[in-house]
Amino acid sequence: MSQADFIAPDSAEKASRALLAAGARPLSGGTDLLVQLRAGRLPPGMIVDLKRIPGAIGIRQEGGGFVIGAATPGVTLSEHRALGLAWPGVVEAANLIGSTQIQGRASMAGNLCNASPAADSVPALVAARATCLIVGTGGRRMASVESIAVGPGRTSLAPGEFVLEIHLRVRQARSGDAYLRFIPRTEMDIAVVGVAVNLTLDDTGVVSDAHVALGAVAPTVLLVPEAAAALIGSRLDDAALDRLDAAARAACHPISDKRGTIEFRTKIAGVLARRAAVIAHGRAEKRT
Amino acid sequence: MSKRQHISAVVNGDPVEFLSAPGTTLLDALRDELGLTGSKEGCGSGDCGACSVILDGRLVCSCLVLAVEAEGRRVETIEGLADGGTLHPLQQKFLEHAALQCGFCTPGILVAAKALLDANPDPTESEARYWLAGNLCRCTGYDKIIRAVMDAAAELRQVRV
Repeated sequence: MSQADFIAPDSAEKASRALLAAGARPLSGGTDLLVQLRAGRLPPGMIVDLKRIPGAIGIRQEGGGFVIGAATPGVTLSEHRALGLAWPGVVEAANLIGSTQIQGRASMAGNLCNASPAADSVPALVAARATCLIVGTGGRRMASVESIAVGPGRTSLAPGEFVLEIHLRVRQARSGDAYLRFIPRTEMDIAVVGVAVNLTLDDTGVVSDAHVALGAVAPTVLLVPEAAAALIGSRLDDAALDRLDAAARAACHPISDKRGTIEFRTKIAGVLARRAAVIAHGRAEKRT
Repeated sequence: MSKRQHISAVVNGDPVEFLSAPGTTLLDALRDELGLTGSKEGCGSGDCGACSVILDGRLVCSCLVLAVEAEGRRVETIEGLADGGTLHPLQQKFLEHAALQCGFCTPGILVAAKALLDANPDPTESEARYWLAGNLCRCTGYDKIIRAVMDAAAELRQVRV
């Protein structure tokens, strides 16, 4: 691979300035970036390694929530017991990506900013109502995870901006999340459809809050309020699951490609939404 | 031509220094600059695992790491697995079980299996199969590989006791 230059700045501000250069690319785990550079899909340019920035790797608990550094690899998420208890759906989504080797490098922020509609961790983050800290030459700002991708491979980040942290909010009692995807093999494949459900139960077992996100059925990951509304106020009975199924299918506008047809993806989105909701519900019941 | 950078790292316990262009992968640096040709390039895209190395204690594909990222870090390759002239139990069990045919994937599988047994000395067969799912072998059908790994794990557990 022919590259113009490589730097590993020790501060977010230096990284942001370096990213202003034409063709500059941030590097965290590199599991997408290096493949794209090698394939010639990206022109050679400055590579800005984010991993030497303090806080870029690691998970800290802050104000009752979690702050996950942009370059934190999947394996580190899987080893964090408190994170896995609070947000099992987010962790299982991130850990579905690739092999053991890929998990040693691949990060959620990279998954997010690569902006694939089929990114596994993104529906789970969106359903979790996660936010991210964006650093730019003009300062720092918070943004919702779903505002980052604007189309396949395209983000809303301005020149010089990059995601430094992902923030997961304080976990309420009796809450649970889950992520399911369809692939035609056991693992190590790209999602044909992915669905994340995050919900909270009140003291009587009624769903008091819910969020549903769909992956690989539109140019970007979708947050589907109609699917969430189908669950809120219910005890996850069959009628609620039927409404969820219908709302998830109605939100889909996928393409047909080698991995699945429009009809298949739409049908499966409803099926996975039902199953993910049941898993999230079971987890919520256990988290008193 | 981009400028080569000076890299200091620790490979298999030994301090090493080399020069690397910004776009050179760790795999190419190991093979071409350091002469450690045990790690193989199968796919170059992180799918096959033939280039597996352990970087600061984490199993990674060295084709998906830039050599310049290795500055100040520890790298373990297949060349560091045997203890001098004594094979690692994994290597010995691969021979006993005939867990290789052409051998191209073998270094990567041995490194990945070592990482597994470092993290989990008593894996189930299912855990071993999932752990090694990122290591492709087109010869063996995997069964002998898994048997060799499970046998080596049992032997290593006895050594520890």
